[in-house]
Formats: sequence, C-alpha cells, structure tokens
Amino acid sequence: MTDTLLEIRGLEVAFGGFRALDGVDLTVGRGELRFLIGPNGAGKTTLIDVITGLTRPTGGSVRFEGHDLVGRREHEIVRLGVGRTFQTSVVFEELTVLENLDLAASFRRPLWSLLRRRRGVSEEVTAALETTGLTALAGSRAGVLSHGQRQWLEIGMLIVQRPRLLLLDEPVAGMSSGERERTGELLTEVARDHTVIVVEHDMDFLRRYASQVTVLHEGKVLTEGSVEQVRADPRVQEIYLGRAREGAEDAVR
Amino acid sequence: MTALTVSRRVLSGRWQGPAAFTAVAVLALVVAPLLLEPFRLGLLAKYLCYAIVALGIGLAWGQGGMLTLGQGVFFGLGGYAMGMYLKLNDAGGDLPDFMVWSGVEKLPALWKPFGNPVFALAMVVVLPVAVALLLGTLVFRQRVRGAYFAILTQALAAALVILLVGQQGLTGGTNGLTNFFDFFGRDVAADETQRGLYLLVAVVLGALYLGARQLVRSRFGRLLLAVRDGEDRVRFLGYDPATVKTLTFAVSAGMAGIAGALFVPVVGIISPALLGVVPSLELVVAVAVGGRFALAGAVLGAVVMGYARTYFSEELPDAWLYLQGALFVLVMTLAPKGIAGLAANVVRRREARA
Repeated sequence: MTDTLLEIRGLEVAFGGFRALDGVDLTVGRGELRFLIGPNGAGKTTLIDVITGLTRPTGGSVRFEGHDLVGRREHEIVRLGVGRTFQTSVVFEELTVLENLDLAASFRRPLWSLLRRRRGVSEEVTAALETTGLTALAGSRAGVLSHGQRQWLEIGMLIVQRPRLLLLDEPVAGMSSGERERTGELLTEVARDHTVIVVEHDMDFLRRYASQVTVLHEGKVLTEGSVEQVRADPRVQEIYLGRAREGAEDAVR
Repeated sequence: MTALTVSRRVLSGRWQGPAAFTAVAVLALVVAPLLLEPFRLGLLAKYLCYAIVALGIGLAWGQGGMLTLGQGVFFGLGGYAMGMYLKLNDAGGDLPDFMVWSGVEKLPALWKPFGNPVFALAMVVVLPVAVALLLGTLVFRQRVRGAYFAILTQALAAALVILLVGQQGLTGGTNGLTNFFDFFGRDVAADETQRGLYLLVAVVLGALYLGARQLVRSRFGRLLLAVRDGEDRVRFLGYDPATVKTLTFAVSAGMAGIAGALFVPVVGIISPALLGVVPSLELVVAVAVGGRFALAGAVLGAVVMGYARTYFSEELPDAWLYLQGALFVLVMTLAPKGIAGLAANVVRRREARA
C-alpha cells in the first residue's frame, strides 16, 4: 500500500437545504491517478472546491500531508502543494503563453524579487512548453489559443508549480477527438510523477486512461475500485451509465 | 544610410519608447520654458501635477482594474502636509494667519511636527501610502471590488472634504491653506522660483513615469494584469491578489501625494474644492480620454484635458462642463482605449503597410 497523500473524512457541504456533499470519505495515495465520476449534481466539483478552499464545508475534515486544509485561504493551499484547473479554462489572455507559465512558476519567489523584469526562460518553463506542445506558441497572447490549447496551457501552469496533488476538473469537456487524445497523452505523462485526481464525465476517456475510479452519487461515495469493478457494479450502471434502468426499477418492486 | 532610414529605424522597434520619451523630455525641459510666458508655464506646471495623479490612476485602474474615484484624498493629504509646513515657515514661530482669524490661541498639537521640513516632506508620501495600505488591506481582503470599491473611494473623498471644511481653525475650512510667501528660502511667487518649480514637477513626473513603466514591465506588472483580468484564478496560482492590489493602490496614492505637495507652491493654494469628488472624477475622465491602458495615455489625458479646460473656460465658459461630459461619453463608446489606443492603431496600420 502506498502512503496516504490526501485523506478526507465525513465531509459535508450544505447549500441552504441542499446537501451537496453528505459524509464523503476519500483516501488518495501518493502517486495515484484517481478518476472521480458521477452524474450531474453528484458533488464532484464541490468536492474539489472544498479541497482547494473555494467552498467551506459544514462538517468533516480534509488532511493533506498532515495539514488540515479546512479554513485555509486558497493561495495558502496552493502553497502547500495542491493545484487545480477549472471546467472553463481561465488563462490570462492579455499575457503571452510564456508569461502565463512564467507567472505560475514564480509563485514561490519573494514579492520584491518580482519587481525585476524576467530575463530569459527558466528550465521548468521550457520543459512545460515542450510537455504541453506549446513551444511554437510561446510568444503568442494566450487570448488567441484554441479551447484545447488553453486547457493544456492550464495544465502546464500547474506542472511548473510542482504541486504534490493536481486536481483537474473535466479536462476534456468540449474538446475535439484529436484534442482528447492529446490531453490523454498529456495526462498519462503528468501522472507518471504526480498524484492526480481527475473529474470526468466522458466514459470513453475514462475507459482509456483511468485506473482507480471513485463514483460519487448524491453527495456520497457510491463505490470505489478499478474501471472494470466499477463498471460491473449494477448500482453504478443504474445511476450513471443509464443502462438497465427499467430493469432496476423492476428489481426494486 | 539616409537620415530618413535612420529616423525610421529609431521610430520602430525597441528604440521607439526611449526615443519618444527623450523627445517629450526635451520638449518639456528645454522648449517649453523658452517659449512659454511665466503665466502659461505655471499652467503647464499645474497640469503636470495632475498628470502625476493620472499616472497613479493609470497604474491602479488601467493596469490593476481598481477604479479609484478618490485620488483627491491622497492628493489632498500630500498638499496639506506641504501647505502646513509652508504656513508655519511663513508664520516664523507665530500662529498661521487663518488661525488668528479663527480665534485659535495655541498651535494645535497636530500642526507642531509639520514645522520641520524633513518631517513634512516625509509625510507627503507616508500619509497617503499609509491610508491606502490601511484601506486596501481592509477592503481587498474582504474581496470588495468593482463598483463597490469605486463608491467607497468616492465616499472617502466626500468625507475628507466635510472633515476639512468643518475644522476651520485646524485646516482653514473652505478657504484651505493659501497666502504662501517663502518656499525653501525663495519668493514663491517670483518667476524664477516658478520656473524652477515647473522644471522640478517635470523631472518628478518623468522619474515617476519611468518607475511606473518598470513596474508594469516587471513580473509584478504581469501579475497585476493577471489580477485585473482573473483575480480568482490568480489565487489558484498561489498568489494573494489582495497584497498585489494593496501595494499598487499604495503606489498610486503615494504619487497623488507627491503631486499634491508640488501643486501647493505651483498654484499657491490647497483647499477642499481641489480634492473633493469632482476633481477626483475629472482626473479619472482625463485618464479615460487619454487611454487608461497605457501609462503615457494617462499622462497625456491629464495634460490635454487641462488645456481643454483652460481654453474653453476662457472662450466659452458655460460650455466646458457639457463638452467634458460629451467627450467622456464619446471616448467610452467609440474609443475605449482613448487617445493612446487610437495612436497605437495608427502606428500598427502604418507598420502593417510598411
């Protein structure tokens, strides 16, 4: 068993009367590539929001490498080594691809040292440009990138921060099949030396790239396991894959 | 190589900025003092003081997205710090004239340290920066932004005016501080002093412009743009946007304070009417007209609007207010990047043709 990186216990989030997360337990080991799936409203994004400090939970704990993340501010959590992307990519359009990466890579520098101009390109930024395949676009404004390129730039901005845990929120949503393939390769490459949690809807993508899967349903963890195990689970088929729906209803009666 | 190709080479690429800066500097430091009569030179000095405030607004608003409608507050703090020193210096150990008229018998404790020129000059920068740091820390940490921040700064300007007007014996009330005679050993009204002051204002503006430009081009400047365009995303890069905004706001406040202190000997007065809501807004309009996304645009806007105001006040006194409003609406709808944006378009088109 690998050692634990992220440990979530009894996590609860309520928006008004709606319980978005209702006692979630989740353990992610160092070096894992974990997929988080579930139908709309299952609480996947809420879970990521809680881990990264965007949403305050009403109960439960999130421990990351011995630190309690609940109640910390977003940038402090990033500084502990948790990075994330968003469903709608937000790169800085006025800055060039290179400047976007450089800004991400500079976040541990003391503030006063930022007053100097950037001279040259650091090794990690060069490496990230190569990994994401954006080297040729380094000098272009990020505003001109395609949707897929933006997502890769975001992943690149995560990598240069050397986080210990990466959270990717639907990285292939809205992508063409070519872009999905490229993203899958990128993901495999990133997962080689990072711990990654991916929220994803796309079943094809899941089948091709996932190893460990956690299924969320109505704010609770429904089941966990390998792709095959999860797919074979009739409850998952019922709520998520939308198959055998009528059969399941019959069974309940 | 002909002179034409040389000049074309100078006017394009990386020498364009330094060449333009040098040209403007020669114009301001050599040509203007030779050509302009003292009265007109004094007016230009006043506009350049406003241009320093505009530079700060360009930094906070254009680069940082903080629409500050209360720069008059910081301008006023700098101005009053300078004015208090000059009044005490002129009084030579007695009470300043307006205090005698208001029936004040003993110099208020608040005034005492301002008799020291070093302390007063330090306060010109320290006071505005301290207020901005305090306000920024309180406001930006709570994620107050956009229109709410704008209204807050405007309310601050209104409050300061009420405070100043209400404390007649302490601040000179509506009249403010005026009737200055001596400026560091020179007759403040003499042409020679005024010419020197003009040059001082121009040099300070130039230095602050270069400093601001360096700031904008640094990593901090990139970060500031990022905060402007995606504050929430910046948080997830591990930076605290509140710190970035607070520091920038403080820099812009410090600039306004310096401008206020220079304004006092140049114009000979600092009063609530010069730093309230209306003058604060007029400067924001000037920055918008000049082009808020370029520092040079902000400076240009302040000078152009200053001249326009003087010209129309002399020729068509009733029309200026309407013209100013109309100009603002026109710029906002037709050229949101202001004069600087239009100029950049022309340059780009010419380069595309070449």
